[in-house]
Amino acid sequence: MINGVLHPKNVVEQLVELGVSHYVTLPDSETAHMYKALMDEPSITLVPVSREGEAIPVAAGLFVAGQKPVVSIQNAGLYEAGDALRGLALGIGLPLVMFIGYRGHNRKGDTPDSAATFLEPFLHMWRVDYFVIESDDDLDRVPLAFERAAKMNQPFAVAIGTEYAKEGE
Amino acid sequence: MITYEDACRVINESRGEAVAVSTMTQTKHWNKASQEPDLDIGISNGMSKASSVGFGIALGDPDRTVLCLDSDGSLLMNFGTLATIAGMAPMNFYHFVFNNGIYSVTGGQPLPAPGVEYAKVAEACGYASAHRFEDIESFDTALPGILSSDGPVLIEIIVKGEPQTEGVDQTWESNANMPKQFRALRKRLTNKDDWGPGGPYL
Repeated sequence: MINGVLHPKNVVEQLVELGVSHYVTLPDSETAHMYKALMDEPSITLVPVSREGEAIPVAAGLFVAGQKPVVSIQNAGLYEAGDALRGLALGIGLPLVMFIGYRGHNRKGDTPDSAATFLEPFLHMWRVDYFVIESDDDLDRVPLAFERAAKMNQPFAVAIGTEYAKEGE
Repeated sequence: MITYEDACRVINESRGEAVAVSTMTQTKHWNKASQEPDLDIGISNGMSKASSVGFGIALGDPDRTVLCLDSDGSLLMNFGTLATIAGMAPMNFYHFVFNNGIYSVTGGQPLPAPGVEYAKVAEACGYASAHRFEDIESFDTALPGILSSDGPVLIEIIVKGEPQTEGVDQTWESNANMPKQFRALRKRLTNKDDWGPGGPYL
């Protein structure tokens, strides 16, 4: 059982404070309310992609041009993006924070969703460090993820282990 | 039919200070034509993603012209990029697709559908305009005008295939060169030398 909720407005506020310029994403069911909150934030440009494998190379291009992008894709999409993660994030030492929707996650570990079963082993295998965020109480991890990515010149994942709350909840 | 060498020469003549993101056989010929290596990235690691990297640069630096030297096989592997690019419509993005109907670097096997007309697909996705050239004279004449029109533009070039028969011997060197090229380009575009070593090559 996960206590507390994760409010998209709080995450958006953090992204603004951290100077994020672009949010490169393919929406998924868990992050629908986050997408809505970002549409109301003029300082961050939403960049929708057609397939998750595009997200990391687009972010790499934005970073080269002096911008500060983040990527937001679901765990199932991260698996599709594997070669881009290998070649264009790990391969070039890209300091990129990736928000990964942790579809199927629960704390009991008995999920029937293989998208959840494989996420943490996948990140370990690909040598990508990560935090799991499940509520507003965990949001201190977000700036830490940016620090780690910048310090190591490596991608860093923030796994979103719950559905973003609807505004007003 | 156009040769890679001629196509790259003509593009370079109109390049100015544009960024160029290339891949595969285009990179081999572009590296010989280009006189601005600090503005070049050759995508060897992360197959098919040259257009996505170029698109990101174009979005991030809207005052800078960005050229992508893509190929038919690579574009087929990342076809959704056309809709992504059309959706954000960067006016400074020019997408060259070298169409030879084969996978050159693996020995010349045919593409699943060698007759795809990429200019028509780009137009249908919503690119600002799209063009197709089969001879170097027409391409040479038209290119300066195309590069002064608003992007995103797709320019399909029908080229003579160059199937590689001796194996790919540059892969490791190209992969190792990529992180250096990314850093050199960031330095050139931002005037900041702030991206330290990272990854397996640096």
